[in-house]
Amino acid sequence: MPDTPAIDVSHLVKTYAGVAAVSDITFTVPRGQILGFLGPNGAGKSTTMRILTGYLPATSGSVVVCGVPVASQPGEVKRRIGYMPENNPLPEDMRVSEYLYFRGRLKEISRRKLGPRIDEVLELCDLKRVRHKIIGKLSKGYRQRVGIAEAVLAEPPVIIMDEPTIGLDPHQILIVRDLIASLRGRMTVIISSHILPEIEMTCDRVLIINQGRVVAQGSPADLRREILGHSTYHLEIAGDTTALPKIFTDIDPSLKVTAETEPDAAGFRGLTLTTARDDELGEPLLRALNDQHYRLRSFSRVKSTLEDVFLAATRRSWDVRSEDLRKK
Amino acid sequence: MKHFFTLLSHEIRMLLVNPGTYIAAMLFLLFMGFIFTGILESYSKAAQELSPANVFFQFFWFPVFFMVPLLTMKCLAEERRLGTIETLLTTPVTTTEVVLGKYGAAYLLYITLWAATGGFFYILYKFVGDAHFIDAGPLFGGYLFIAVSGLLFIALGVFASSLSRNQAVAGILCFVFLVAAIGGTNYLGDSGWLTRDVFRPLKEAVDYSRILSHRDDFTRGVVDTRQLLFYVSGSVLALIFSILGVEAKLLHS
Repeated sequence: MPDTPAIDVSHLVKTYAGVAAVSDITFTVPRGQILGFLGPNGAGKSTTMRILTGYLPATSGSVVVCGVPVASQPGEVKRRIGYMPENNPLPEDMRVSEYLYFRGRLKEISRRKLGPRIDEVLELCDLKRVRHKIIGKLSKGYRQRVGIAEAVLAEPPVIIMDEPTIGLDPHQILIVRDLIASLRGRMTVIISSHILPEIEMTCDRVLIINQGRVVAQGSPADLRREILGHSTYHLEIAGDTTALPKIFTDIDPSLKVTAETEPDAAGFRGLTLTTARDDELGEPLLRALNDQHYRLRSFSRVKSTLEDVFLAATRRSWDVRSEDLRKK
Repeated sequence: MKHFFTLLSHEIRMLLVNPGTYIAAMLFLLFMGFIFTGILESYSKAAQELSPANVFFQFFWFPVFFMVPLLTMKCLAEERRLGTIETLLTTPVTTTEVVLGKYGAAYLLYITLWAATGGFFYILYKFVGDAHFIDAGPLFGGYLFIAVSGLLFIALGVFASSLSRNQAVAGILCFVFLVAAIGGTNYLGDSGWLTRDVFRPLKEAVDYSRILSHRDDFTRGVVDTRQLLFYVSGSVLALIFSILGVEAKLLHS
């Protein structure tokens, strides 16, 4: 069944003692895609991931992994998933290669294939030097990579990792990012993270969750357009600023000055402009300002980050919630 | 049950690389050695009615109270505390296999420790060179009793471990279960108020489950299938509750 989506979640609900951790989440992930899960603490990311792995039962809704429903065939689903939980729990008193061997046997890899496969993942995760070390004595970066090696060990079609880069230094994050990117196309990967540039760089698609609901989803570029809905320019300019709004509206009706600073010693003031247009307005803007003999010191288009999108999306869902409450 | 042996061999391996296992084994053998020499001393002073093996197994409850909690308190509590139960249960293994694997490993270690005390009798036999101290009946009966009752004791320990994520709590809980099972039934069986007619069924049930009197029967060479059934069914029940305990904690985690 190559055309079935890797993961199909519909109307998933999970409540703990009457409190909804996940309320009505629906999404699908096609095969070979890398999906990023974003959300503030307690948004329901980990809970959703645990339900996907069959570790926790859902209160209602359905989850289908590679055409296999989790609720009725959890054993089959577990064969198709490599999972690395939050905080990456590992046994303290085993050696790296022993641990991978044990996990491989549990994941039903035959003894004959397991040896070469362990060598492969050790190579892939750059763990060769520590293969005989005791896990409890490894540094955080190595432990994290042992967790990732374990998740990809059985070559499952779906890999779920809960905050794989938490607590790593920038260099290690780079290695992990490359590792995840190398899985693209072969495996479906779901990762959750707080580090937004991380998600932006590795993921094909982003799902933002807040308070158990999906508040936004799409590629990072789509999200930027959808949530923020504008582009921002920043310039430093000297001259009479009262005539500026007229010039701006001539270029684009939606182009407005949203912030203006006091002029500094050299007479330059900083301006922040926003526009609903998505295409580049730099050239006409610069030409118009030059024609009017304004002195320009710097000009840049502010590239909004996923961080802005994330903050805007989660704030938006807060607003929606508080409006709901007010109506009541 | 495909993964049972993988889990069992993993658990045994973990026990064997753990220094705690050897310390516990040493203390156990030291303690049992003291008891054994004490018994021999009393034999050298005066003739005794019972054979040394018989007296030796009368003290079985003392190491049980301490060894069983030490052996089992870690098994499920530690997995939950570290969170490794999550990685374990997201592979194609069932909770039953996990619990049985841990139970099997702890039981094998328990039996091995007791089997090591067989060395005492061997040494006695070698040095005395007289077979009349070694009464084969009570000896085999005693070890059979240890093997059969161990099933229940270890199962109680695993159950206690499934109830808490704190090893100390699990250990104390196990200790309480064992005291209730061994000492509690003995106390109730001896207490006078149960002899009233109203309590007759209760009295029968208590007499049936008196572990100390089972020991007497076994060392006398009486192997009663009702007693075997008591231990086997008791351990099965305790294991089922352990499995339910682990799964219930998942549901409410």
